[in-house]
Amino acid sequence: MKRIGLVVNPIAGLGGRVGLKGSDGMELQRKALELGAVPHAVERAAQALQALLPLGAEFELLTYPFAMGAEAARQAGIDPCVLGSIQPGQTSAEDTVRAAREMAENEVRLLLFAGGDGTARDICNAIGMEIPALGIPAGVKIQSAVYATAPRYAGELAAAFLRGETELRQAEVMDLDEDAFRAGRVSACLYGYLKTPYSQRYVQGVKVPSLSRESAVLEAIAGDLADRMKPGWLYIFGPGSTTQAVATHIGFDKTLLGVDAVLDGKIVSADASEADLLRLLSVNRLAEIVVTPIGGQGCIFGRGNQPISPDVIRKVGRAHIRVISTPEKIQALNGHPLWADTGDRAVDEMLSGYLVVLTGYKESVMYKVMA
Amino acid sequence: MKNITAERFTNGKPNLRRFHQARWDEPVIFELGQPGQRGILVPEVEEGIKSQVGDALAGIPDGLRRKDPPKLPEMAQPAVLRHYDHLSQENLGVDFNIDVGQGTCTMKYSPKVNDQLARMPEMTELHPLQDESTVQGILEIMYRFEQILKEISGLERFTLQPGAGSVAIYTNASIMRAYHEARGEAKQRDEMITTIFSHPSDAACAKVAGYKVITLYPDPEGYPDLEALKAAVSERTAGLLITNPEDTGIFNPKIAEFTRIIHAAGGLCSYDQANANGMLGITRAREAGFDLCHFNLHKTFSTPHGCGGPAVGATGVTQELARFLPVPIVDFDGQKYFLNYDPADSIGKIRPFYGVAPVVLKAYAWVMALGAAGLREVAEVAVLNNNYLMKKVLAIHGVAAPYAAGKRRVEQVRYSWQTLFEETGVHSEALGIRAADFGVHYWTSHHPYVVPEPCTLEPTESYSKEELDEYAAILEHVAGEAYSDPNLVRSAPHNSTVHTIDHHPFDDPQQWAITWRAYLRKTGQER
Repeated sequence: MKRIGLVVNPIAGLGGRVGLKGSDGMELQRKALELGAVPHAVERAAQALQALLPLGAEFELLTYPFAMGAEAARQAGIDPCVLGSIQPGQTSAEDTVRAAREMAENEVRLLLFAGGDGTARDICNAIGMEIPALGIPAGVKIQSAVYATAPRYAGELAAAFLRGETELRQAEVMDLDEDAFRAGRVSACLYGYLKTPYSQRYVQGVKVPSLSRESAVLEAIAGDLADRMKPGWLYIFGPGSTTQAVATHIGFDKTLLGVDAVLDGKIVSADASEADLLRLLSVNRLAEIVVTPIGGQGCIFGRGNQPISPDVIRKVGRAHIRVISTPEKIQALNGHPLWADTGDRAVDEMLSGYLVVLTGYKESVMYKVMA
Repeated sequence: MKNITAERFTNGKPNLRRFHQARWDEPVIFELGQPGQRGILVPEVEEGIKSQVGDALAGIPDGLRRKDPPKLPEMAQPAVLRHYDHLSQENLGVDFNIDVGQGTCTMKYSPKVNDQLARMPEMTELHPLQDESTVQGILEIMYRFEQILKEISGLERFTLQPGAGSVAIYTNASIMRAYHEARGEAKQRDEMITTIFSHPSDAACAKVAGYKVITLYPDPEGYPDLEALKAAVSERTAGLLITNPEDTGIFNPKIAEFTRIIHAAGGLCSYDQANANGMLGITRAREAGFDLCHFNLHKTFSTPHGCGGPAVGATGVTQELARFLPVPIVDFDGQKYFLNYDPADSIGKIRPFYGVAPVVLKAYAWVMALGAAGLREVAEVAVLNNNYLMKKVLAIHGVAAPYAAGKRRVEQVRYSWQTLFEETGVHSEALGIRAADFGVHYWTSHHPYVVPEPCTLEPTESYSKEELDEYAAILEHVAGEAYSDPNLVRSAPHNSTVHTIDHHPFDDPQQWAITWRAYLRKTGQER
């Protein structure tokens, strides 16, 4: 019997329809309900579950009571195994975290969760990359790559995963700063990664079936970089699963979310701060920055890699910025340019124009960077 | 008398065929073989012969001799015949269907008389090692065909040696390197530029030839991005490998600007004209500023594809580059045709001998039957057919032709079923498979899918208005089914033998088995 977990964040998406740009925080949720918001996360979770029905008795659904999963299951015609207890109508982020932990401890093969970027963060905090997880989109903000593009596709992808037709990959958990978002500024950060099933057949946003497995492409990029790396040069690696995987292939352990500096094949500063980098650059004038765009949005500087500050970029110089990406990630930008938001307009301008993006061994694309 | 027209059409629209394909559940031939079965019993060699010949294998060096006989399937003759006849019935090839769905491949009707020419004993009994005095006829045809290609392209020398489009691109990349070597710049010039909508072989073959490849993405209008090109060229640029029109069917009006920029940077420009079906007699490589080009005789020149071979990727160059061409090239001294090994700076052989003779013969016959005016008419009808079909297809709900809105296309269109997908959850691939239930099919696109949910149609000059109407009616019907009964489309085919295959293992080279033995090894049935 294959076990699937389901966690629904019942209030996800509450703020969206009434124009509140998010649903984080109790106060805001109360305000949304007052404005007439109708929760629809349960309904969306049920849509996803319906795609699992053809699996019949092959799987067992573990979930939490009431609106956190049991209701969605029954709407979809599934009799779930219900764990835990909650206060209906007063659920919080802590409930999401607790539910996800319990699912993991009950050894579910896959955790489905319905919500938005805030929910994805909670799931990430709870289980990290311990077990595979996949998001059913129900929230206001969906920046994270851990979500299917529609509830139905989440269900179909989950079914494909149980049939062994998918691979797993690290997908980004992103979130906007809601205060900044409400004030009209978009400021997204990379919070972490979840291990997410992936199959070209079910992913719509990333419209790019690739010819090679992602790991083979990353190895190819690593091979090209390794060929170019010179002794005595300082290499500043930005955060992300792409740079981490490439670094692993080259032969050093990079932090996932930090900026690491490498010299002569060794990490000289892990999870470096801007000050660390500037200090290293005062000794090693010859340096290169290796960064990867954030999936789906194309930001190369200023989101999650702030230690690579305008001063650091200026010292290294535009000619020594090496953007790396799988062809698929470039494709998923749908023609939108790359961009930087370093906080220093002169540096953003300096980066604009075109940059070479390394996409494989001896393969690159010439890609536009927005001014 | 039966009214045939009334049965085939309703209100002027073609009725859909009640097609049903043969389905044989045919195993792989290796699984059909039984130890001990034989197709031919070879008679024992008579003593007299044995004593005269001795050990016939003694002349083969030890290292070249097999230790064990090859593990071929052991079968009776009728079983072999039946096997391949079954497979042929499970096919949807160019001679079976309205084959406009294999966009970029230029699936045209190849007149059977040309096959008959190629099957004449005068051709089939030829051997490439014969003395040239005994093969003057085929050498003359090769020489004359070169003159025709020179006229079509405006370039000055051709080799017929490359055995495929990809071999031709590799040849062009190699000639570029020889040119830069002669100027002492080969080491410095290690980058080749191409575009994402050019054929993927342009990038792949340049890489095989040792180059780093820089790919340009389209601008918002779908044209190759001229500003990206300006950013990409440098003293490291070896050359440009580009198609025009690209796979979208959009002609790049700034192509002369592209070649000018590459030349200004010291690079060479190669025009991938594998598919030149919309261009014959209309524009030429020379006028657009190209130094090299190639034509696939199995596409534009109707030889036909032959299931992946044999083929010719005829490769042309300017006079300046002729000294780098592969050898031998077929030449004429005023009295006789001969194999010229002269070009001193030749890149050498790209393939044995001097071109697949039956393929060249068929292309020559095809061109001579049409004449210069006929070739131009081929292009004009192909373009007309394409734009007629585009008008019909775009009237179907759920489909679009991204980029260059309102503009006509050349010989093909890359459509997108993205709207249909968003509204029904049915992928383009499923529509193409469902179309096979009505006796036609289509191909999506090369990877990566730059155009989402793609579908590439190229009607060529071979199909009539009625046939295009039937094809469009099938697409319209299938798209309608995606809205009314999406599961019917998703679970297709129902009347055809093609299967839906899980593509997932295709992405993993570890799971590929190119041979039967590799398959047995990788599935643990043999070590």
